[in-house]
Amino acid sequence: MNTKSGAEIIVDMVQHHGVEYIFGYPGGAVIPIFDAIVDSSVNFVLTRHEQGAAHMADGYARATGKPAVVLVTSGPGATNTITGILTAKMDSIPMIVITGQATTWSLGLDAFQEADTSGISYAAVKHSYLVKDANDLPRIMKEAFHICRTGRPGPVLIDVPKNVSSQKVETDYTEEFVLPGYEIPSDGDPQAVEQAARMLERARKPVIIVGHGAVISDAGRSLTRLVEKMQIPLVNTLLGKGAVPETHALSLGMLGMHGTAYANRAIENADLIVSIGSRWDDRITGNPDVFCPDAEKIHIDIDPAEFEKILPMDICILGDAAMVVDQLLTRVSPGDTADWLAQIEKWRRQFPLTFRKSGKLKAEHVIDELYRQTDGNALVSTDVGQHQMWAAQYYLISHRFQWASSGGAGTMGFGLPAAIGMQFAHPDKTVLSIVGDGGFQMTMFELATAVINKLPIKVIIINNAYLGMVRQWQELFFENRLSGVDMEGNPNFVKLAESFGVKGFRLKRSADVKRVIAAALAYNEGPCLIDVEVAKEDNVYPMIPAGASYSEMLIEAPKVKLEKPVGST
Amino acid sequence: MKETESGSRKHTISLRVANRPGVLIRIALVFARRGYNLDSLVVSPSNDPDYSMMNIVAIGDEKVLDQILKQLNKLIDVVHATDRTGEDIIQRELALIKIRCVPEQRSEVLQLAHALKCDTVDIDESSLTLQSSGSTERLDSTIRSFQPFGVFELVRTGKVLMARGSEHTA
Repeated sequence: MNTKSGAEIIVDMVQHHGVEYIFGYPGGAVIPIFDAIVDSSVNFVLTRHEQGAAHMADGYARATGKPAVVLVTSGPGATNTITGILTAKMDSIPMIVITGQATTWSLGLDAFQEADTSGISYAAVKHSYLVKDANDLPRIMKEAFHICRTGRPGPVLIDVPKNVSSQKVETDYTEEFVLPGYEIPSDGDPQAVEQAARMLERARKPVIIVGHGAVISDAGRSLTRLVEKMQIPLVNTLLGKGAVPETHALSLGMLGMHGTAYANRAIENADLIVSIGSRWDDRITGNPDVFCPDAEKIHIDIDPAEFEKILPMDICILGDAAMVVDQLLTRVSPGDTADWLAQIEKWRRQFPLTFRKSGKLKAEHVIDELYRQTDGNALVSTDVGQHQMWAAQYYLISHRFQWASSGGAGTMGFGLPAAIGMQFAHPDKTVLSIVGDGGFQMTMFELATAVINKLPIKVIIINNAYLGMVRQWQELFFENRLSGVDMEGNPNFVKLAESFGVKGFRLKRSADVKRVIAAALAYNEGPCLIDVEVAKEDNVYPMIPAGASYSEMLIEAPKVKLEKPVGST
Repeated sequence: MKETESGSRKHTISLRVANRPGVLIRIALVFARRGYNLDSLVVSPSNDPDYSMMNIVAIGDEKVLDQILKQLNKLIDVVHATDRTGEDIIQRELALIKIRCVPEQRSEVLQLAHALKCDTVDIDESSLTLQSSGSTERLDSTIRSFQPFGVFELVRTGKVLMARGSEHTA
């Protein structure tokens, strides 16, 4: 047996689990672990803020399916990761967060940079640990990796007091862990699958909602075979982008609040809706009381706590999306959906996504051009707001590791650091970070991280000098009484970029879209940024107001005054 | 079971949980997040030192509680969480009841205590403390019986459960 410090055990375990990157920021309580990584093969990335470290690990995970590690100090170092942890929890992202802590004997005594990190973490993690003895570390690290990436993935936090990371113990890596309270569903109940198969065959107007669960379990190939065999149209959630290529003839793109009108019409008129790894979020169901009451509903999910949380279901199938889809595939014969597909094609022609390429510069124009010039093959991260919805509408995604957007938490400041994580994961691919001028400024200092690591990410700031989504709501529902949305005082983003050593481009006119984007995509010396000055007061359509029904979808700007939305946000 | 408002009733939940720090707060947070009050909560060691038994009584909406149970079962440290409401199961609770009682009233109170199968645990010049155990409903009625004398302190352990026969509780 060897004698090792707690810190060395942590680093051994991180390497043992195949981790490529640790993103983090040092501080007093975590110096022993920083010392231990000097001799390790794991790459450490120093960020500019702990929130950035968490979002980078998140972006890395969304681009690979594998967890990265976040390593930060105690107190504020730890609390700064909480937004990133919540973001990962809401979107089921595997992540290990290791936080330094004051010594065990000063816990709860308000020592310098002491915070009750595990206590603060409870509501935001899949699981968390406060390590009191280095002898427990091998088991805890194994458990943490197992928990974060299996079942419904999520972040796991490990709080390590400084004396525990310094503690020398006889190492024993053979101990296995027992987690009797943790079960990982695999294939679905055959009877339920059988029933679901009959419903699929019987349905005349079926729609499948593809959620993040389908992406995570890699259900895409089986799902494509299923819908092709059955001729069933697909819609995807914001996070379900890429499970099945959105370019597929049966794909109607994103549904929900800002989904395509044809996807939403299909949902509104369906007689059977099957959710595969989507949790009937309020962006999708609007008002659950009036959400497709006459349609039969099937929910396939790996997390039983999602069953009937929002809506009553006809059948719930607990299992891994890919395995359940495989089960279905062997049990179904094609039904009759020809009329339904014809109707959907009518809607597709009747309500296409449109924008004008002349006049004031449109965000849609820029995103559409990015899509064209990258052949739809770039990795794309977004921030949160209008640009996010336009990116979801216009940048069609074809692969499961190609898209990173904060869905559940809606975390502004996510886009740039997530793109950095994606570029670390795939150094040779084009990474676009489509962000708004508001969210970008929440984490823009991470440009330095991109520069230092020579990451050729392309940051596209959809700059309307407003917090555009809130402004849109205030315009539509609050008599245009704008409050707290004017981004006056925005910096000169091109000069800001240059001060970081980032190449800056400016784009103001529709006529320049092709040229400027081509130049930015050709620039590969390091990161670059395009400040895109778009029309200030454009709104995202289609739109189903929060808490409304699908029949209330606005396909274009309304002519009449609207009631305040009843949905929560 | 007592109906309170529409769809809202008293639920008795039994849990088997890993004996690890933080497990209690994780469970309490699941209730707190939905704005739920716990009527009673009992945590005790089980026959296996690695696990604890927990009994919770909470009043609330059926649908919300169903969701809470699912969330409890989702916690890594929770092995089982089961709603035992309305089941034929052994249920016991213990109460200490402190009653205002001057020496002249003593015999009357002790007579009543005897009739209600309470044990006397403490007596002084002006008070008498009794111990009563049994079902929650029995304790409720026992306590009511002493109200006319003036119950000036009351503490209850909360309900503990055990399945009948050779079945395991949780």
